[in-house]
Amino acid sequence: MMRLRRYWPVAAGALALIALQAALSLTGATYYMTQITMSAYYALVVIGLCLLMGYAGQASLGHAGFFAIGGYTVAYMTTVNLLAYRDTGLVRALHSLGLVVQWRNLYGAEVLSFSPWPAFIAALVLTGLIAFLIGMPVIRLKGHYLAMATLGFGLIVYRVVLGTRSLGQADGLSNVPPFPLIPGLEVNGRAPFRIQNYYIAWVMVLVAMVLAINLVNSRVGRALRSIHQSEEAAHSLGVNTYRYKLAVFVLSALFAAVGGALMTHYNGSIGPSEATVMKSVRYVAIVAIGGMANLWGALLMAILLNFLSLRGVFGTFDDAVFGAILILIMLFAPQGLLAWKKGTFYFFARRLPDKARESEKSRMSPFSRGRPHG
Amino acid sequence: MNFPLIVQYGLSGITVGSIYAIVAVGFNIIYSTTGIINFAQGEFLIIGAMMAISLYQVVPLWLAIALAVIVTTILGGLMEVVFIRPVRNASVLRLIVITIGLSILIREAMLHIWDEQPRYLPYFTGTESSTIAVFGAYISLQVLWVLGVSAVIVAGLTVFFRFTLLGRAMRACADDRMAACLCGINDRWMVTLSFMLSAGIGALAGCVISPVTLTQYDMGAPLAIKGFTVAILGGLGNSMAAVVAGLLLGLLEAFVVSQFAAAYKEAVAIVVLLLVLVFRPTGLFVRREIGALRAA
Repeated sequence: MMRLRRYWPVAAGALALIALQAALSLTGATYYMTQITMSAYYALVVIGLCLLMGYAGQASLGHAGFFAIGGYTVAYMTTVNLLAYRDTGLVRALHSLGLVVQWRNLYGAEVLSFSPWPAFIAALVLTGLIAFLIGMPVIRLKGHYLAMATLGFGLIVYRVVLGTRSLGQADGLSNVPPFPLIPGLEVNGRAPFRIQNYYIAWVMVLVAMVLAINLVNSRVGRALRSIHQSEEAAHSLGVNTYRYKLAVFVLSALFAAVGGALMTHYNGSIGPSEATVMKSVRYVAIVAIGGMANLWGALLMAILLNFLSLRGVFGTFDDAVFGAILILIMLFAPQGLLAWKKGTFYFFARRLPDKARESEKSRMSPFSRGRPHG
Repeated sequence: MNFPLIVQYGLSGITVGSIYAIVAVGFNIIYSTTGIINFAQGEFLIIGAMMAISLYQVVPLWLAIALAVIVTTILGGLMEVVFIRPVRNASVLRLIVITIGLSILIREAMLHIWDEQPRYLPYFTGTESSTIAVFGAYISLQVLWVLGVSAVIVAGLTVFFRFTLLGRAMRACADDRMAACLCGINDRWMVTLSFMLSAGIGALAGCVISPVTLTQYDMGAPLAIKGFTVAILGGLGNSMAAVVAGLLLGLLEAFVVSQFAAAYKEAVAIVVLLLVLVFRPTGLFVRREIGALRAA
């Protein structure tokens, strides 16, 4: 019974999404779905980052980098033209395995490039590998050292995509083909595919949520929380803190890569703006306002803020809004907006046994520990 | 590469390096009194230079710079009083996130006030084409200003921290907050003062470098990253080592630019940062007794 109670918000969320789709379709406002779909892909990054920051207590200012690696990998692989190498043994072998496909791009030119599925898998493998290699040394660092190191990683990714000719430099990569997941179901940004893609994106998000909820409530989740509260204590109890932190780092990078890859197929393009430090800071701000160790809060805020931002509600103050959010949350509500007024939104908070709840709440956020500086 | 060319690149490396060093010293001043890395450190340079550029329309250059430095100093103090002081007992990470938010807000405010055009102050002496020859290399007079002002800032800070009562009080605070309080030092005022001091030297550095590198609203973040790299390279809190580290990074960047595409220049500092963080997070020059104090 306890086990099932964890998932009722998932069911409620799914029902709410169907209701929203019906409402939008009935009122003819289906164009909102485009931004909601994109917000959902950004939400995948936020869910991963929430696991890393809120539950394992490790800050990362470089997650836009992983999003970009995922997106750029699929964009590059599905648009690179192998036509000139058609007769080489390797390409012929790829062709016979069905890994490359010949298609006609928007300009009517013949293109021989990787099909979306191998590109998608390659994106995940590459991101996982990079996250592992970067994470191995970096995750040992603490506090501002970790923040600066991940920020540095993000900056390098940005510089690389901005400076590499084959990645389109400042223009990014466009003409990325749709991604047929299974016959009849494809990630495609064109208007007839709107409702279909709304559901594809949301199924991804809900699957990610279920995975995250299971992880948080498992033995691994308990280990992570123990690391967060006191790394030394966790270590002395036999928790391999380094391995757990690294695993969550790689997992959160993979969430970001899935978001980046699918979003790139959905938009048909990706540009260096997805790799900026400001994007990374934005994800951190969203996790913070959602309440750090609060997956549902983070998801809600990810959808709300990204949707408003994509609709252009913040105008030229787009970045400033996220800066202001960071400051205000850290000053007044380090437990997140949803935990601000206890009880009001309490059903969104992570479920814990009653006794543990009070003490847990005061300790969960990495920002709440009363430690005098100096 | 012939000798004059080496001198030429070396001098340009030392010039940017000395600015990195000043940014790093700014990081160190705030770090040693509060334990915070102030992510808005780079913004101090840009806001100082931008204000001087605007003021220069109405007042003479020296006065414009002096006013810009004073106003930035006050802004630095205000920033501490309004945003840091109310939550000073919070965890270090929370305070750092506040400074990240502040850096974004300052940057966006500058974008709305001064738009995205690069602006610049005039050369302090002579024009952009007046140079002097050193060992066959040509250096601009402004480079001498940059080096001179950096040296004066470092020397001035050394005198301030060693020989004045206020400077000693700040050092006492950095060393042991509790003991300093017991001696009657107002530790809150010392923290405010550290923000003012690093804002002030940042603004001055921003002004002297402006004629050479130009000033644009979003140049603060790269400067902050490089300043932080230098601060880490020298060992956080160790300002003299930061100067050496700053010159090292500047030279390294200059020679990378001379050998490889300019696009890689930005990556050099970050790669150095990652390497130092991973292999020697205490910095290159950490003295044994300081290391022992930190550990205690």
